[in-house]
Amino acid sequence: MAQSFFGGIHPNDKKAATNKKPIEKLPPPARVVIPMSMHIGAPCQPCVAVGDMVTVGQRVGEPVAFVSAPVHASVSGKVVAVEPRIHFSGVPVMSVVIENDFNNTICPDIHPPVEKPGEITPEQLVEIVKNAGIVGMGGATFPTHVKISSGLGKVDTVIINASECEPYITSDHRFLLEYPEEVIGGATILARAFGVDRVHIGVEANKQNAAELLRLKIEEAKAPVVVDVLHTRYPQGAEKQLCQSITGRQVPPGALPAAIGCAVFNTVTTAAIYRAVYTGMPVTHRVVTVSGSGVNEPKNLECPIGTPICELLDACGGVKKNTFKILMGGPMMGHSQYDMDAPIGKGTNAILAFCEDEERTVEHPACIRCGKCMSVCPMKLQPVFMYQYERAGMLQELEEAHVMDCMECGACTYICPGRLHLVQTFRAGKQKINNAKAAAKAAAEAAAKAAEAKKEA
Amino acid sequence: MDYKELNLIGSSSPHIRTKDGTAHIMAEVLIALVPALAFSVYNFGWYVLTVTLVSMAGCCVFEWLYRTLMKKNNTVGDCSAAVTGALIAFVCPPNIPLWMILIGDFFAIVIVKQLFGGIGKNFLNPALAARAFMLSWASAMSTWVVPGSKLPLLGTVDVVTSATPMSYLHANNLAGLTEVYDLQDMLIGFIGGSLGEVSALLLTIGGVWLIFRKIITWYIPVSYIGTVAVLTFLFPRGNDPMTWMLYNVLGGGLVLGAFFMATDYVTSPVSHKGQVIFGIGCGLITVFIRYFGSYSEGVCYAILVMNLTVWIIDKHTRPSRFGVVKAPKEPKEPKEKKEAGAK
Repeated sequence: MAQSFFGGIHPNDKKAATNKKPIEKLPPPARVVIPMSMHIGAPCQPCVAVGDMVTVGQRVGEPVAFVSAPVHASVSGKVVAVEPRIHFSGVPVMSVVIENDFNNTICPDIHPPVEKPGEITPEQLVEIVKNAGIVGMGGATFPTHVKISSGLGKVDTVIINASECEPYITSDHRFLLEYPEEVIGGATILARAFGVDRVHIGVEANKQNAAELLRLKIEEAKAPVVVDVLHTRYPQGAEKQLCQSITGRQVPPGALPAAIGCAVFNTVTTAAIYRAVYTGMPVTHRVVTVSGSGVNEPKNLECPIGTPICELLDACGGVKKNTFKILMGGPMMGHSQYDMDAPIGKGTNAILAFCEDEERTVEHPACIRCGKCMSVCPMKLQPVFMYQYERAGMLQELEEAHVMDCMECGACTYICPGRLHLVQTFRAGKQKINNAKAAAKAAAEAAAKAAEAKKEA
Repeated sequence: MDYKELNLIGSSSPHIRTKDGTAHIMAEVLIALVPALAFSVYNFGWYVLTVTLVSMAGCCVFEWLYRTLMKKNNTVGDCSAAVTGALIAFVCPPNIPLWMILIGDFFAIVIVKQLFGGIGKNFLNPALAARAFMLSWASAMSTWVVPGSKLPLLGTVDVVTSATPMSYLHANNLAGLTEVYDLQDMLIGFIGGSLGEVSALLLTIGGVWLIFRKIITWYIPVSYIGTVAVLTFLFPRGNDPMTWMLYNVLGGGLVLGAFFMATDYVTSPVSHKGQVIFGIGCGLITVFIRYFGSYSEGVCYAILVMNLTVWIIDKHTRPSRFGVVKAPKEPKEPKEKKEAGAK
């Protein structure tokens, strides 16, 4: 067992519904809606027009900033609309809508980018990853080329995140079982790029079969990779917590893992790097777990990016009549969805439907000061006091209690016996602090301008 | 399938919570009290069961009445009033009149708890505050029936009273105490004393159950009992520190207080470091009162006094946040400053 991180909770992982089900290919959808924003950073500009014929892997969105990632067509067919469409974030986002011709024509421009993939330079890798539109596919969707280029020279520990700590989700687990060579191959590329002797793959103990298979394949390939089996505890897969579990180092407040010499890549991201380097194929598909009490037949589905949520639910026999909540992502950090036309993005690892109340909200939450929120907080914060500060409008105290360090993992809310809406309150508090800062900044600028104007006059 | 027909709700994550709510925690505490109560029935008779049930019912009724009259949401369901009721019964003499315990219930629930805002808002332990208040009836609150009394279910008539171990200790009469009760009596609870405090063994079993169930942490009980043990061992009265220490630890309300009163969430610090400080403080004051006070028992007031310090302990025991690793000590510079200051 590796080391561990602070706090954490042990929710029922509910993975048994899908962890033995092989990944199925979703029947090709009739049309896909490809949003220009599926990553952290600047949205892309559409580079196709209505009426254009596109092929699988063809670029349809151009990045306009460094922190961004290009977007590619996931089916071949005709562009029928370039307009804002409903997005999983809940607001309309500029999207390219492609009508599938069901020919699955691969873009002719796609070819292996280098002759000897085993000998690429870090600079070549950054370029390949950038062109392939690879982003953190565990859900955070930070552009991977930025992570690689900003980490070069600083990183001494490369970590592949295969902990998948959220309940229900098994997409990474199944991926590891079915494509271990790709993950190991991607890890080998990263080891070379960062100049490290070995790459750590962090797997939670509830995926023992994946860890064993990986070890076998690593042995066969003599790859510079080691498997670290980690405690099954949420949020093991949070980037900072994973770094702590594997290296014992703590990322300083406000900093990124590169500050302590770590770079963390998700399992599927690693495999995407492998595919991009060896075949030139960009990110066009991903594996999504469809599960939860409301789903009739839970499955792991591989689907083109841009597939509407309803297609996935249909492929799983639809949802039960009394389903009251549908999530994109896990139950701890996922977002509720209300429009089933919203598309699957690059970072979508699960669609969950619920018909049983697992949230256990009460009308009058009451804090009994049990301190459980503090003992589970992986960031070692004091939710019990932060909650009181927010409710009392004490923004300065709230900030001094380091609310900005909160990564909104939800462990405190999960454990709270008084059923307080802790994380929800902190989100509101952070927003208020940011708003107050923006207002103060604007006021200061206005005052400076006025002073200047006075001077000139 | 048409998904538009679904009645979907949107909410902010997380979307799942543990099953264990406040009522669950309170129920666990009640379960942990059962062995000690059962022993008390055996030791003093069926009347203690009546007292405990009446007290629990009284607290629930007062809580319900107050919340209803004040047009607030009903909080009887969280079971915290029931726990308070049980604990009030536990700290009263076994032959307490029922009307008196109902007044205690009223004081605990309405004055100490509800007037400050209800569950989670009170700053004193309601059960102990009620006991302190009920000491206004000094004679009733310090009449101790002998162990083995068979108090009938509904009566307290013709009781034979005795001194508690604490009064022997307070009079520095360890030799007299060892004659009346041996250590085994002290451990199992064949002694005089408050209704629920007599059996140190069964209370410890209940407390360990709570620690095992992760309802409480070990920090307060261990630091509290440990402090009392160390102090009484280091400063014994008489020439047998071990015996003096053991009688002090097993006697009085220490075990009950350390496991069930001092660990009350609402009135104890939230951080583990703070809980250790709180426990040590309780231990210090308990020994201080037992040694120098005019009252033979110190647990109740020690915890009440420490309850008042919780906010300041909380303020000064904030854990350092994630990622802030202690900076390596800067060599020399501060030292030079110090030397300069000394000169």
